[in-house]
Parts: sequence; C-alpha cells; structure tokens
Amino acid sequence: MPLSLLFYFAALIAVGSAILVVLNRNAVYSAIFLVLCFFSLAMIYLLLEAYFLAVLEIFIYAGAIMVLFLFVVMLLNLGREKALPHFMKFQRALSLMLVILFFFGVSLIMVVGSGELHQPTIKFSSGSVYALGEALFTKFLLPFEVASLLLLVALIGTVYLAKRKI
Amino acid sequence: MIVPLEHVILLSLALFSIGVFGVLFRRNAITIFMSIELMLNAVNLALVGFSRYYDSVDGQVFVFLVMTLAAAEVAVGLAIIIALYRNRQTVNIDEINLLKN
Repeated sequence: MPLSLLFYFAALIAVGSAILVVLNRNAVYSAIFLVLCFFSLAMIYLLLEAYFLAVLEIFIYAGAIMVLFLFVVMLLNLGREKALPHFMKFQRALSLMLVILFFFGVSLIMVVGSGELHQPTIKFSSGSVYALGEALFTKFLLPFEVASLLLLVALIGTVYLAKRKI
Repeated sequence: MIVPLEHVILLSLALFSIGVFGVLFRRNAITIFMSIELMLNAVNLALVGFSRYYDSVDGQVFVFLVMTLAAAEVAVGLAIIIALYRNRQTVNIDEINLLKN
C-alpha cells in the first residue's frame, strides 16, 4: 500500500516540524517550520480526499497567514528568545509532564473505546469543490454569512488597532 | 479510507499536544500564536478525518469556517502584538503584566 506509506511519511514530517516550531528559540525559524508543517498537512488532506481543503490550506495558511507572521517577526526585529531564569525550569518540566499526560490519556481512551470503529466501504464523494460549495450555499448559508460578518469586524478592528495612538 | 481513522486522530492528537506544549513552554507571544495555529490545524485534521469516515461534507464546511476564523484571529492578534510592542518594546509575555494588580 504505497498511499498509506505516503500518509505516514507526511505525518512524520508534520509532527517533526511541529516539534521544531515549538522548540526553536528564533521566531523566523519557527515560522519556516510551520510552513513545512502546513504543507505536509495539505498532503494529508489530499490523501483523505479533501481536495479543495488541501488547496485552501496552502493558499490561506502557508500563503496568507504565514506571510503575515513573517512580516510581523521581521517588523519587530526579534532576536533569539532569552534564556529563562532558574526558577522557571520547574514550570517548564511541569508543562511537559502535563502535555504527556494529556496525550497518553486521550490515546488510552481511543485504544480502549475504539472497538466499535469500523472502516467505511462506500466510495467517498464529497471532497470536491462542487459538493463543498453546494453545502456552503444551501445547508450552511447562515454560518457562511456570519463568517463574512466576522471577517468584516476583524478588518475594522485591525485597522483601528493599527492606528498610531490607541 | 487509506489508513484507519484511529491513526488520523492520533496524528491530530499529537499535533494538538505539541501546540499545547508550545503555549505552556514558550515566552514569546508570536511563537505562542504559532502554537495556537498548530492546535487549530490539529482540529481541522480531525474534522477532515471524520468527514471522510462518515462520507459527509459537513466536517469540511466546519474546516472552511475554522480557516476563516483563523485568518481573522491572526490579523487581530498580530495587530495587538504590534500595538503592545509599540507601547512596551517587548513581546515577552512575562513582562506584559498591565492587568496585574
């Protein structure tokens, strides 16, 4: 099964680059690794037959959002994050422990409770632009309009925040 | 489906955990924002996996809306960070304690 191998390959790249995003002290490198993570996620969307979302992932996340991030990082001229004072080390160890607990807790629930999960045999038919567009403009018309309102409010808020004096 | 649903959810869970860890671990507001984006993407991945599993387009519509929200959130959040930097000359969240006391 070469396609499933491709999935695991993309998953490995996604997890590895996500770890590098979090562990890097330099914000520019974090942003570059985040782009890599988004690209591998787009590949996974393709493998899960969500074609339109894979394109959107690259356009919106890897394109628009990451350009905004890099622009701000370079505008603020941030260097490396300073090393923490000694008393904060405990806090970091605690955060790592909590996250590991969370990960294994949820995966334990999945392993124990996933007995009834079966794999679908039907052919998937709703990953195309046509199907998504039809759902957006019929069943989900109100959320779609509310999302446009949200974008308008965010636009006005950003312009207001960007004024010289607030 | 090319892989079992469990593996998709496990990948999503791993990415979400890494994002949570980044929010707890880092002190730089911009890196914390990137970790939040990572968590949003993990949720998107779970939604796409379930959408494929149930052969329904609804999950993908949710992903579409989450992407809209993420774009709005990043624009507003980065504007706030720039305003903060202009006033305090730092993006270290330990030094930003205006609301303390």
